[in-house]
Amino acid sequence: MSAPAMGTRKTAHTDSSNKKKKGPGTLAIAYLVIYNVVMTAGWLVIAVGLVRAYLARGSYHGLYYSIEKPLKFFQTGALLEILHCAVGIVPSSVVLTGFQVMSRVFLTWAVTHSVREVQSEDSVLLFVVAWTVTEIIRYSFYTFSLLNHLPYLIKWARYTFFVVLYPMGVAGELLTIYAALPYVQKTGLYSITLPNNYNFSFDYHTFLILVMISYIPLFPQLYFHMIRQRKKVLGHVEEYSKVE
Amino acid sequence: MGHVEILDAKTKDKLCFLDKVEPNATIGEIKSMFHKSHPQWYPARQSIRLDPKGKSLKDEDVLQHLPVGTTATFYFRDLGAQISWVTVFLTEYAGPLLIYLMFYFRVPFIYAPKYDFTTSKHWVVHLACMCHSFHYVKRLLETLFVHRFSHGTMPLRNIFKNCTYYWGFAAWMAYYINHPLYTPPIYGEQQIRLALIVFLFCQIGNFSIHIALRNLRPPGSKTRKIPYPTKNPFTWIFLLVSCPNYTYELGSWLGFTLMTQCLPVAAFTLVGFIQMTVWAKGKHRSYLKEFRDYPTLRSPILPFIL
Repeated sequence: MSAPAMGTRKTAHTDSSNKKKKGPGTLAIAYLVIYNVVMTAGWLVIAVGLVRAYLARGSYHGLYYSIEKPLKFFQTGALLEILHCAVGIVPSSVVLTGFQVMSRVFLTWAVTHSVREVQSEDSVLLFVVAWTVTEIIRYSFYTFSLLNHLPYLIKWARYTFFVVLYPMGVAGELLTIYAALPYVQKTGLYSITLPNNYNFSFDYHTFLILVMISYIPLFPQLYFHMIRQRKKVLGHVEEYSKVE
Repeated sequence: MGHVEILDAKTKDKLCFLDKVEPNATIGEIKSMFHKSHPQWYPARQSIRLDPKGKSLKDEDVLQHLPVGTTATFYFRDLGAQISWVTVFLTEYAGPLLIYLMFYFRVPFIYAPKYDFTTSKHWVVHLACMCHSFHYVKRLLETLFVHRFSHGTMPLRNIFKNCTYYWGFAAWMAYYINHPLYTPPIYGEQQIRLALIVFLFCQIGNFSIHIALRNLRPPGSKTRKIPYPTKNPFTWIFLLVSCPNYTYELGSWLGFTLMTQCLPVAAFTLVGFIQMTVWAKGKHRSYLKEFRDYPTLRSPILPFIL
């Protein structure tokens, strides 16, 4: 008597609790659409700014200064995405998103902004261009997905452009940090030495070197994760063409 | 007499069929029988469930009291390589003890060569070494002679995670406290004396709680009871808190932070506090679930606050 009855009671309970699972409400979706539209527009402004400055000056050199403010504003604004995950309106991991956004914010403020001497380096242009193209595609991808009208072109771009843009961005970031090293060492930027009342020390120069080293295990993992995602998301199209 | 079949929880493959199993056999005994046919899966790494995605059955559960027919179907999941709690505790506590001493005695390659094997001129540094060492010796002895563990083992990967945490923080703290450029506490002797009193009080308190918890449980048993204050005044905190061992542990490290006035020590105290709060809340919740008459005045770790 007991075994079958208990079995059915258990599944019935699971069914009802599944129905209670919640996703983002209509208000949240409206907010997210606005957020992603604003971010797409912001990075388009940066893209246009770069093109205009290049045409005006006739050289790639020193384009950072022409888009410095919108870059700082919109890249820092991405911190909101951590909040979106924490609150639950976006189904991503807080830790993963936090990590990705913080690394961008770190490069923008703690390296490029803080060490003036690297701002004229070409490596800065390398990662700014990579970020700009990536973000325009990414934010329009989210916008269209939320509106349930995702053009295949955007989906394809999101899962294909990264193949070139990701290594390009990483190269730009690493070269920029490397360029900052001598200035950080010379000025002791963000560093605390002994003796002091809190018996603590921090060497920003060593810290930056450790950050560069951390790219070695991290970059391949993230890159190959995206490659696997690409196969999963775009894979079925190849199957259809094979059938033909 | 019943029969038992064990299926893989993921693939549903038939892994083992045990015929003629006594109705009063325990899950623990069934695990031993399963181990015979699959020697690589010792009982500690077996998770046996009624449902592939359900909770693990306990070793003490008896076959005839479970909702199964004449042939019981269980699902098996491999918990991975296991290591005993005692081994993990001994390793993770021996590390800080020895590592701190290496910094205290200023062995070569840590500080500039001219400081090798020298001693600090500040007496608080010697005091701190004694307190830190005492703390970890106490932990090692408690692991060997006081604690009664409900689970025998934990996953092997935990030892790497735990040792990195304890050993890493110990090295980080010890580096600064024993540094030739160490700065003693601002308020000098007053601060150090107060810190030492707090530290010792909490060490005795923590030990008292460990003894009280041990006495709740007869040797070899896994029973759970509500802890209550005993004649020992250090246990009267049970009136206000579910996990006073964590409360006293926090107090000890606050004392050590005050004594050394060292930021890495404060950081270690904070991280430990966060982890212990998570554990205390979990324990408090399971007390409330298991005992209907659980005292309502108690908070998980900080009286009335948390």
